[in-house]
Amino acid sequence: MKSFDYLPAQKLEEAVARGEPRTSRFIAGGTLLVDLMRLDVERPDLVVDLNGVLSSDIAWNEAGLTLGALARNTDVAYDDTVRREFPVLSEAILAGASPQIRNLATTGGNLLQRTRCAYFRDAAVPACNKRKPGSGCAALEGYTRMHAILGVSERCIAAHPSDMAVALLALDAAVHTRRATGERQIPLGDLHTLPGTTPELETVLEPGEVITRVVVPRSPRGRRSTYLKVRDRASFAFALSSAAVALELEQGTIRSARVALGGVGVKPWRAAATEAALVGRPATSETYRAAAKLATSGAKTTPDNAFKVPLTERVVARALERAGALA
Amino acid sequence: MTSVGQGIDRADARAKVRGEAQYAADTPVAGLVHAFVVTSALGHGRVTAIDASAARTVPGVLAVITPDNAPRVPGATKKKVSFDRILQVVQDADVRYADQPIAVVVADTPERARAAGEALVVSYAPSPIAVSLAQNEAAGRKPAKAGPRAEPDSSRGDFAGALASAAVKVEQTYTTSIQHHHPMELHGTIAVWQGNDALTLYDATQGVFPCRERLAGAFDLPPEKVRVISHYVGGGFGCKGSAWSHVALAALAARVVKRPVKLVLTRQQVCSLVGYRPRTIQHVTLAAAKDGQLRAMRHDVISETSRFDEFVEPSGLVTRMLYACPNVTTTHRVVELDVPTPTFTRAPGEATGNFALEVALDELAYELGVDPVELRLKNYAEHDEDENKPWSSKSLRECYRRAAEQFGWRHRRPLPGSQREQHLLVGWGMATASYPARQSAASARVKRDRDGNFVVQAGTQDIGTGTYTILAQIAADALGVAVERVRVEIGDTALPETPVSGGSQTASSTGSAVKRAAEALKQKLDALSASDRSADTELVAELKTEEKPDRKRFSTHGFGAQFVEVKVDPDLGVVRVTRAVSAFATGKILNVKTARSQFMGGMVWGIGLALLEHSRRDERSGRIVTRDLADYHVPVNADVPELEVIMLNELDPHVNEIGAKGIGEIGITGMPAAIANAVYHATGKRVRELPITLDKLL
Repeated sequence: MKSFDYLPAQKLEEAVARGEPRTSRFIAGGTLLVDLMRLDVERPDLVVDLNGVLSSDIAWNEAGLTLGALARNTDVAYDDTVRREFPVLSEAILAGASPQIRNLATTGGNLLQRTRCAYFRDAAVPACNKRKPGSGCAALEGYTRMHAILGVSERCIAAHPSDMAVALLALDAAVHTRRATGERQIPLGDLHTLPGTTPELETVLEPGEVITRVVVPRSPRGRRSTYLKVRDRASFAFALSSAAVALELEQGTIRSARVALGGVGVKPWRAAATEAALVGRPATSETYRAAAKLATSGAKTTPDNAFKVPLTERVVARALERAGALA
Repeated sequence: MTSVGQGIDRADARAKVRGEAQYAADTPVAGLVHAFVVTSALGHGRVTAIDASAARTVPGVLAVITPDNAPRVPGATKKKVSFDRILQVVQDADVRYADQPIAVVVADTPERARAAGEALVVSYAPSPIAVSLAQNEAAGRKPAKAGPRAEPDSSRGDFAGALASAAVKVEQTYTTSIQHHHPMELHGTIAVWQGNDALTLYDATQGVFPCRERLAGAFDLPPEKVRVISHYVGGGFGCKGSAWSHVALAALAARVVKRPVKLVLTRQQVCSLVGYRPRTIQHVTLAAAKDGQLRAMRHDVISETSRFDEFVEPSGLVTRMLYACPNVTTTHRVVELDVPTPTFTRAPGEATGNFALEVALDELAYELGVDPVELRLKNYAEHDEDENKPWSSKSLRECYRRAAEQFGWRHRRPLPGSQREQHLLVGWGMATASYPARQSAASARVKRDRDGNFVVQAGTQDIGTGTYTILAQIAADALGVAVERVRVEIGDTALPETPVSGGSQTASSTGSAVKRAAEALKQKLDALSASDRSADTELVAELKTEEKPDRKRFSTHGFGAQFVEVKVDPDLGVVRVTRAVSAFATGKILNVKTARSQFMGGMVWGIGLALLEHSRRDERSGRIVTRDLADYHVPVNADVPELEVIMLNELDPHVNEIGAKGIGEIGITGMPAAIANAVYHATGKRVRELPITLDKLL
């Protein structure tokens, strides 16, 4: 880890201004930034601490659920309203990391966590387009059991590791931000970018732009939602494949649906074709299985991760089945 | 009341739970500075230049040690015993494996040492690299030995002839993956020179004396000029059994800066600098008569080693002795690759070899249509047919019976896929466990202090197994006093000489010495008149024990039977172990509490080996890709069900002074096969490649 300056920001404007240079990094929970700094992957000159300038409140009102960017993962997961209105969100958070990490990790930070790609995390590997744009991608021909099959490019196949973001995507959440020119609102599906030719860019956030809160709108699907995660180890492991699903049923017919995938996409992945194949159909196993078949359309696999295609279809079908059966 | 056998609390538990136990790297030493090992990004080739200009500008940097300026370490590449390792201590520019030490940076804080190390700009000239065992299997060569006392090849009877005429055959290939020990305590050393010719090391080691010998050899010092201290070890599992390069590098750095130096490895460095369980490819052939009697067995083992040192995973040894069979052939071959040297990992040989052998037996049981337990009983070895000796004791039949009964094995429906619970497939599998009961020469001293209490002193180290506790129990019984009156001092080469805590031999070796020394002291005490006995004089007895003369007539092994239930999600391929019952017969149980922990620890390791643990090497660079505890999966609590352990108290007058066989390793030996066999029973899919991850079942 190289030496760096540390600034506990006193005002949001100050954080935005000081966080603007490319060599600055924001810190909230620090569960990933500190890890990557110790690995010499992140080498900031300045670390701007947001803990004094953002909210950790969890609020429920007409608009829906508002999560302060500093709301800790543990607090969100065990919040009564979250558990009642959006079980998928609570389940997704509790399926990730460990209690110790969840106690520190924040809502904003979770959305911005970086990939677990082993080649990205090993600073001694010369080829990583995320770490060093233009240097190549060691993963393409490497060991890729944990890598993405959806949204990949010739330059990067790193998977997005978040569970929580997948649930928020299925809940039509939006992030609210503050930047030098003011505030804006970004639908979660638009927050993360595809690697394309610029895998070093991971979100649409501008340098210095801070996530201030996440808003989850009230939804007719919220209560009929669930998260299913499949991983090698029973706990404390990243997803091989996961699905967040939310359904709206009316007399046995699916009126609307959201399906988002984790562990398989370069970003939290919306399975739009699956959703379309559900709407207007009877809420039956046949419908679920047929729709799940479409979840990985467009997948590009390697020999190591080709199993994620059949696995994801089964994960989605199981998750839909489970959501459909909720009281 | 005797103390031995009681499940008394661990003597070190309170200090550990309260954070008071001082591990090697915790030792307060005045004037301490910190070293960081810089390792090679390249997997094979040469370092052509190291530019240290930026590193030297990091505040607090005291030295940048590279092959250009490193003091010579004359004995770095000289081995005296088989578990000595060839060390890489920045003596030349050659890169033999990825993440090999290429420089050491010393600074006033660990952070600055590491930052300066990362600031070195290293240029390399790469050479072609080969790290794939599968692709280089044909390059296997015969090693000198398969273990300290074992020949690489063995043959009895006429394997080929018996195979040709046998009614039923199983011929399969089994593979196991790289397993890293990943003890919770990272390897750490503090090196303190007294002048140029005496060295004190505080080291996380499984063997203070072997470490002393290795460092004395490396620096060309008389062994008595090196002192190694290790009061607590936070897990070893084999990777702290040899003194590795970083120990010598700490001493080297301390010599350069003329100050005490602390060197602690990172979690990532543990992947390349302190050994690992090598990959194996195992070809097994079993042939039996229609009644299930084994007629021929063959076990050919290929494992990887480095190009500069030799370690053999002795997976075939178990096949030589575990069952009655007149025609048995085993071979061991090693393939030299551009990799670091592998090493002993909990039950080296037995853990991997027994997986292959015991899965093959399960396959044979299905071929024959007999119950797996029946097949094993049919081929029960009444004596060791390899050494042609009687067993010192063997209670394996009782283990099968007790474990099967507690597990409910008789309710098993043999047809694969025939047991279900809701949407899950339920599978039951079993395997035999075994591990040699070893003993080495050891010395111990027992003193009566002026306060009338007793002190046990022996160099040995407690690697978390309960050595502090059981030595006090053994001494207390020999002295006829309450265990509270016995204090144990260990972990220091200034104390009587003892062997490495490896091969499950500490209780049998050091425990025997403590028993004899305590008995000798008791005799001295008894000889004294009543008035002399109460006087405040210090009394000492010290002696050395070796194997009992009687022991050589016997083959000495611990045995066990392990039964496992798994539940498999047929759609998702997820396997979870839901029940595990093991029965062990390992001589006398010295402490039922610490013993149970050892057996359970072995069983947990077996779950890891079977289902989870897999260090993966990038075949282009040789670098380990699974470099931390998030990517390398050791079992967590959620992976481990309630573990049921049945401990048979076995009377063995021959094995050693205390009648106890080792228990630290046997618990892992049957688990991988039992789990693999249960997965087959659940799914009908025979996975012969560990670990059994869900993609293999989709």
